[in-house]
Amino acid sequence: MERSSLDVWVGLFVVGGVLALLILALKVGNAGDLLSAGPTYTLSANFENIGGLKAKAAVRSAGVVVGRVATIDYDPDTFNAVVTMKIDQRFNKFPRDTFASIYTSGLLGEQYIGLAPGGDEKLLAAGDRITKTQKAVVLEDLIGQFLTSRAGEPATK
Amino acid sequence: MVDKGWLTIRGVGRYAIEAFLRLGYATRFLGLTLAHSQVCLRRPRLVVREVYFSGVLSLVIILVSGLFVGMVLGLQGYQTLKTYGSESALGVLVALSLLRELGPVITALLFASRAGSAVTAEIGLMKATEQLRAMEMMAVDPIARVVAPRFWAGVISTPLLTAMFTAMGIYGGYLVGVVLLGVDEGSFWSQMQSSVDFREDVVNGMLKSLVFGFAISWIAVFEGYDAPPTAEGVSGATTRTVVTSALTILFLDYILTSLMFRGI
Repeated sequence: MERSSLDVWVGLFVVGGVLALLILALKVGNAGDLLSAGPTYTLSANFENIGGLKAKAAVRSAGVVVGRVATIDYDPDTFNAVVTMKIDQRFNKFPRDTFASIYTSGLLGEQYIGLAPGGDEKLLAAGDRITKTQKAVVLEDLIGQFLTSRAGEPATK
Repeated sequence: MVDKGWLTIRGVGRYAIEAFLRLGYATRFLGLTLAHSQVCLRRPRLVVREVYFSGVLSLVIILVSGLFVGMVLGLQGYQTLKTYGSESALGVLVALSLLRELGPVITALLFASRAGSAVTAEIGLMKATEQLRAMEMMAVDPIARVVAPRFWAGVISTPLLTAMFTAMGIYGGYLVGVVLLGVDEGSFWSQMQSSVDFREDVVNGMLKSLVFGFAISWIAVFEGYDAPPTAEGVSGATTRTVVTSALTILFLDYILTSLMFRGI
């Protein structure tokens, strides 16, 4: 009976399937990030307008990803968006007056939060709120501003 | 005239009742199969044998199809993305379409026609030649001995085959996109990694294929067990397995997609 050779093939088949799944998870997907995600701490910030920012968007400082947006909420009292971010514990030396702004990668790419450290001696601790923020640039507003500024100029021949 | 109309209505009613009857019988049969499944745990050899015939022997067709589907995706995606100057997003396009839709669906369709039909024909022929009856005479339950192992082998094989199909497809997309057409290798992989979410895309795709595997196996074993014990009956049952599986897969795919990916 060729049972043993049959078992070998089935074993190889299962190993191949699991291996393919691992490749999909680590090479194609971002499971590697999930596994290697170390301890994080939370910061929050109020924005007047978050544009198209989504949960899990990157938080960058000097272009390097230092954390991810955890949740986005709306504050009914101040009419602001409340964004909480999970920042990698290794980067826990942001000054109190760090500036958070929402940028867009490329012209129409996805949006992320940029952290620009200030010069304060005191540091942001876990759970703190970043007070200095700049809202997202909305393309329609920009076009509107451009049109109004052009309207004031004399017509060129 | 009146008689003819009456007959048509009666025919429709009869057809509807028959359909519900079959569905009810199929559900009862599924319950019976699940109830007799502990044999598969006691004697895993039975399942291993069926995984060999359903899964391992489908491997070649799955891998080759995956490679070509990925290659054609790479080619078509490149042509379209090039017009917008965003060829670097080719990796995202290939990976997401394979992980979410094409991988699970095409694997399931291939599996249904390659292995599901074989299971139906095998069980149908066992019934036609009264092997199932003979087992009952020997106090061997044919559902536990014949049906349950084939059912579970299908459920186990489909996600594994889907994973291999998808991995192969992404490799095919890489071959055409990066090696042949010259998309930048770094942006191909890095954009793919930043847009593909493990929980959202990989796990959902695998869940889909698990559901498809369950549906295909159920249809295949039921059609085989329910086949009229004649040559014609077995051939009809085999055809029905492929047709019903294909329709069920595509219908379930729509339902699952609308449930899983609504937020995106």
